[in-house]
Amino acid sequence: MSTTTTAPIGSAADPAPQGLSLRGITKRFGTLTANDHIDLDIVPGRIHCLLGENGAGKSTLMNILYGLLDADEGTISIDGVEQHFRNPRQSMAAGIGMVHQHFMLVDVFTVAENIILGREQATGGLLNMRQARQKVLELSNRYRLRVQPDSRIEHLPVGVQQRVEILKALANDAKYLIFDEPTAVLTPQEIDELMTVMRSLRDEGRAIVFITHKLREVLAIADDITVIRRGKVVGQADASASEGDLAEMMVGRSVNLQVDKSPAEAGEPTLVVENLTVADASGQVVVDDVSLDVRAGEILCVAGVQGNGQTELAEVLLGLRPVLKGRVELQGRDLTKLGTRETIAAGVGFVPEDRQHDGYVSTFTVAENLVLNQVGGFTRRGNLRWDQIKANARAKVDEFDIRTQGIDLPLSSLSGGNAQKVVLARELSRPLKLLVASQPTRGVDVGAIEFLHKRIIEERDRGTAVLIVSTELDEIEALADRIAVMNRGHVVGIVPAGTPRDVLGLMMAGIPYDEAVVAAEEGAGDE
Amino acid sequence: MNTTYPRPDGTPEKVPPVPGDAAPADAEPSDARRADESSVTTATLAPYRHPAQLDEEVHLRTTESAEARRQRLSTGALIGIVAAVMLWLVTQTSGTARFALSNALDEVQLPTISVPGLPVVLVSALLLAAACVVYVLPGMGRWRRWAGLVAGLALVAGFLSWAAAGRSLPFLVSNQLQGTLLLATPLILGALCGVMCERSGVVNVAIEGQMLTAAFAAAVVGSVTGSVTAGLFAAMFAGVLMGAVLALFAITYLMDQVVLGVVINLLALGLTSFLFDSLVKPQSGELNDAPLLEPIQIPLLHKIPLLGDVLFSQTILAYLALISVVVVWFILERTVWGLRIRSVGEHPKAADTVGINVVAIRWSAVLAGGLFAGLGGSFFTLGVTGAFNDDITVGKGFIALAALIMGRWRPGLAALMALFFGFVDQLGSQVQTMGTPISSDWLKLLPYLATIVAVAGLIGRVRGPAADGVPYVK
Repeated sequence: MSTTTTAPIGSAADPAPQGLSLRGITKRFGTLTANDHIDLDIVPGRIHCLLGENGAGKSTLMNILYGLLDADEGTISIDGVEQHFRNPRQSMAAGIGMVHQHFMLVDVFTVAENIILGREQATGGLLNMRQARQKVLELSNRYRLRVQPDSRIEHLPVGVQQRVEILKALANDAKYLIFDEPTAVLTPQEIDELMTVMRSLRDEGRAIVFITHKLREVLAIADDITVIRRGKVVGQADASASEGDLAEMMVGRSVNLQVDKSPAEAGEPTLVVENLTVADASGQVVVDDVSLDVRAGEILCVAGVQGNGQTELAEVLLGLRPVLKGRVELQGRDLTKLGTRETIAAGVGFVPEDRQHDGYVSTFTVAENLVLNQVGGFTRRGNLRWDQIKANARAKVDEFDIRTQGIDLPLSSLSGGNAQKVVLARELSRPLKLLVASQPTRGVDVGAIEFLHKRIIEERDRGTAVLIVSTELDEIEALADRIAVMNRGHVVGIVPAGTPRDVLGLMMAGIPYDEAVVAAEEGAGDE
Repeated sequence: MNTTYPRPDGTPEKVPPVPGDAAPADAEPSDARRADESSVTTATLAPYRHPAQLDEEVHLRTTESAEARRQRLSTGALIGIVAAVMLWLVTQTSGTARFALSNALDEVQLPTISVPGLPVVLVSALLLAAACVVYVLPGMGRWRRWAGLVAGLALVAGFLSWAAAGRSLPFLVSNQLQGTLLLATPLILGALCGVMCERSGVVNVAIEGQMLTAAFAAAVVGSVTGSVTAGLFAAMFAGVLMGAVLALFAITYLMDQVVLGVVINLLALGLTSFLFDSLVKPQSGELNDAPLLEPIQIPLLHKIPLLGDVLFSQTILAYLALISVVVVWFILERTVWGLRIRSVGEHPKAADTVGINVVAIRWSAVLAGGLFAGLGGSFFTLGVTGAFNDDITVGKGFIALAALIMGRWRPGLAALMALFFGFVDQLGSQVQTMGTPISSDWLKLLPYLATIVAVAGLIGRVRGPAADGVPYVK
């Protein structure tokens, strides 16, 4: 059953009798065309990878398919019958299920409540929770996705939450399953597990759509590959394609996937963290007795699955959270007593995890955002010196290759990658002792990733201590001189760069290094 | 935003049995610092379980956060101040305090309890001081809940003994309790309206306005028809109508819900005042003389000493309020509608993706809430004098709102908090009639003061529905 079209777009396909087919799907948001006449065929019994950069239009397309958005043009048909989905209820009824990137789970509900929500089995409006639990257990056994019906979602690890999300789609007996960036929050081992699940669902005759921007994963599992760039289908391939080819198709030019990086010439410890313990407002210990150091001219990457205390660790370094216990010292100076302003003045630069929220003011202009943390240097007798601010902006735009229509435009007009360049440019525009960057390339296009990584390494080579918090192993591989792996608030271990991925993955699940090495070897032996 | 917090009802210090907590304390980290670049440092952690086995809940170790500490200390300080005041009251107390358990007309006469005033006040003061110590000292988490309870009881006992000591009349316990339920009735119903709205994600600051409008409607319709039942239905209709205004602008037109609530309150105040002045006042006899709700004595049960008066000879409204608590709980926890209401209040997008109509569910919850607010509003006219007057609800809707928040958006707890406010309210008027040296104006302040103290003392720890107040836009 090979309906993979290798033909170029436009000459597309005789109406596919079997499966789901999208024809000429177009969606515009204002002047932006998110989807531009996209054709796609999804066939039962195959895994179809939808590959594209952040903002290429993958999620928009799938939201149209799932009935969350209306297409401006184009048709969706299943087994040759045209469909009109105005809401998810209709698309679910047609057999489409979706595993969302940001899980669509109610945190304070139990697993069972989440799975039955919207299709409750009820007599006279009364919930029948016993039957619901039963159903969850049946599903869980049938698909070998272990969950406990009465666990509350907020207490479950993300990997298990994802299982619940998958079971939710399967509870509806979805024939077409869309996985939207499902691997972003998983450890490598959990990714393997997920791929096994996807394969077995495929072998049952379901169609799988796997949305991702990670080439490695695509090549590991895809039967068919469609690459989308700027809202258009730019090519199709199968699993025999090379990583380089796919990357080029995705980005539109050849990219250097490996950033050149010389070995670190590490000096004295710049940042020393000892027995740091931090609790959140509800009293949960989110950073638990963490000790680490970052030396001058060295990049320490803090690896771990989202939500294991890394974010909080980075925030503590900037004085954004109260410290319960422990020491944080910058070249011998205690940072825990300093406020954020003093910390910045002490020579700490910060690239926050959520740049739209904490990194810039989106309604301010590019020029204004470039001086946000150092306005004092651009004033005379309390008045802003616009000539200097603009000159500064022009210089930074050149230096950091910030693609903008003008420095007087609001930052919201920039792409994710360029917005992040603004943040980094601002932070690097003064002499730093320590640079703390959380997820510096999240949601950033490949071309910009390359640039941002290069600048961070340059900063390291200038003798700055760099601490990177990242959940992306690719990024850690590209940047790290040493890697601290965190799990549930603890540092599981600090390992040198070049530690194999599967070992890191096991450590992210909380296994100490020695055991992880053994387990990884055994794992490799199995295959 | 979406970090996982435990429900606030768990006591902070409890949940430590995370395996692997005992990370080596001292030696390990300093080794880590000295470690050579190529070497590897590890910590002892939880035994590994394969991801496939990980289907259980995980709980992080918990400790006292800075916020919780501040909360604890300020509560301790507050109790300390109360203890000091109580100690001072010791010097002002003389004679015997008498508490009458029965009214003069009751068939079964319970004894009147006499206690020596001074020792009781002194003991209360000491208990309060002890509770203060428990709060101020760290590491007494287990005792804290009890200490809070003891402090509350000691405050009431000490205050009453001081107030009743040496007076000619005894303190009427059954009056106090009966009045508590009576005065709590509109608060309970108002809070339930809030529960319905806010659990669905619509902040309702307009309970006051809904109740005021309902009170007006009840008075006028009750007067015109001469029927209490008609009055009650008119009140519910008015409550739902104001709820519809809230729903229309909050849900359909995505207006800021707090601002909207304030506007609705002003609208209700202006509207009822205008109609009252221009239409009702000139013909008070016909339009503002509604029949009153009569107490319904439940056969047999009302004869139980003390309890019978308190629980079984109330008006229909009080019974309805108590039943409504159970009804709202049942709706939210046991019905499909309730599950959907809770889901749109927590994560509307998740509800949308499984085909639930978020807008419709929110509308239904707000309208249903209006029924309770309407019933609550009718209390102020049908339950008291049968006549409406300008701003007759005097901010009780806001106290209901406080009860809702302190009750953590849960019907049972909110009703309990409403009873607390009713208790304080009634206490003020009881103490006033006994002739204490405190001026009556200060006593009228009591319920509002209690609201501020209680909300300030408890609000730091509560978490409402995640999407409360957030309009849903596809």
